[in-house]
Amino acid sequence: MKPKSPGSWQSAAIALVVIGVLALAVSGILQPLFSNALSPFVSIQRWISIRANAVFEFFTIPRDVAALRQENARLSAQVADLQSKIVVLEQQVKQAEVLYALLDFARARPENQYVAGAVIGRDLSPFQLYVFIDHGSDDGIRHGMPVVTQNGLVGRVDAVSASAARVQLITDPGSFINVKLKNARVDAQLSGSTTGELILEMIPQDAKVEVGDLVLTSGLGGSYPPDILIGQVVSVRKRDTDLFQTAQVEPAVDLNNLQAILVITNFKPVDFTPLIPPTNP
Amino acid sequence: MSALLAFPILILAGMLQMAVFSRIQLLSGSADILLLLLAAWGLLDQRWTAWIWALTAAGIAALTTPLPPFVPFVTYGLVMALARVLQRRFWQSPLLALFMVIFVGTLMQHGIYLLVLMVTGVNIGIATGLSRVTFPSLVLNAMFALPVFLLVRDLAWVVYPEEVEA
Repeated sequence: MKPKSPGSWQSAAIALVVIGVLALAVSGILQPLFSNALSPFVSIQRWISIRANAVFEFFTIPRDVAALRQENARLSAQVADLQSKIVVLEQQVKQAEVLYALLDFARARPENQYVAGAVIGRDLSPFQLYVFIDHGSDDGIRHGMPVVTQNGLVGRVDAVSASAARVQLITDPGSFINVKLKNARVDAQLSGSTTGELILEMIPQDAKVEVGDLVLTSGLGGSYPPDILIGQVVSVRKRDTDLFQTAQVEPAVDLNNLQAILVITNFKPVDFTPLIPPTNP
Repeated sequence: MSALLAFPILILAGMLQMAVFSRIQLLSGSADILLLLLAAWGLLDQRWTAWIWALTAAGIAALTTPLPPFVPFVTYGLVMALARVLQRRFWQSPLLALFMVIFVGTLMQHGIYLLVLMVTGVNIGIATGLSRVTFPSLVLNAMFALPVFLLVRDLAWVVYPEEVEA
């Protein structure tokens, strides 16, 4: 029998060692050893990579900055465009909310016919409180028609042109409205003032008026339909020496920020002029 | 030329007054841009055509205000007359003349308004009217006077480049 060569024993030993090392590596026993052995290489690799990236960025960043600036400008323009669109949409939402509220109000009172209008201006004189609306006689609006919003009474039409109308607000110093107090069940007269305050006058002394009482149109005099909300009492002045009580009323409608209104077109105010006897000279 | 300019400028001013400046309130007072324009133009243009500005402004106001139509013609006519008189007295200091016209003109205008309203049966207390409307309006008119004057001066320089020195 021919003895095996020393080379084949060496190969077998190497194979055994390799298999053993692999077995140890697979089993994880050599993991700490590998980690310690690889860490210098990893450090070197990181060092090289950082420098290589730095060199790479040195050549590529100028082009990226320009691209980024373009992108930034484009996005800024887009943001500005979207913001302006948001503002427009918010305005439209507010207008829609106002119009929906008016529509709900009109639907709740099917006995009335309405023409909706937008407030387009205010009177030149600061002593008088009038507004202008964008609908006129072409839309069926006539002198004396009541003007309301979903919150209550605004005033009445004072002058009309073909495409616009002037509305006297209830707070105008020349405005007088016959009203009733809902809780006290008494009639009174409501007048406006230059400062925009509403003063309730001619309240009988024996009437029990309290803060918070609702003020409605009474319909007396035929200038306004009855039972339209005007506001509520915020203060009462009662003196024993006076013939009547007076009270201050907060309007239900925010007349300073009036945007849209409804004109009640099927209400015809009563004209008492023919019934007034002529004065003899 | 200035007469032709009066119509678009004053109509635009009237629209701005109704839509914008009437909403800018101090207490219950507001600025009167038509009055400011008339005061400034009256100080810068001594021709008879300045009266066309007064008539146009008064016509616009008369069409919109619930006051009797003669009231704006009287008030704006007086403002224009005052501006022309003061321009001759204070020709070297147009800003002093401007503020004098605005001060006296606003008081005159509001005095006439109060008088007419009282005559027509609208009772406005004089003290309330002065404290809540007239004096705040004076402040606002004084605030807007200088910008309006500068705009009108530039306009006058365009119309009469050889004469406007202020």
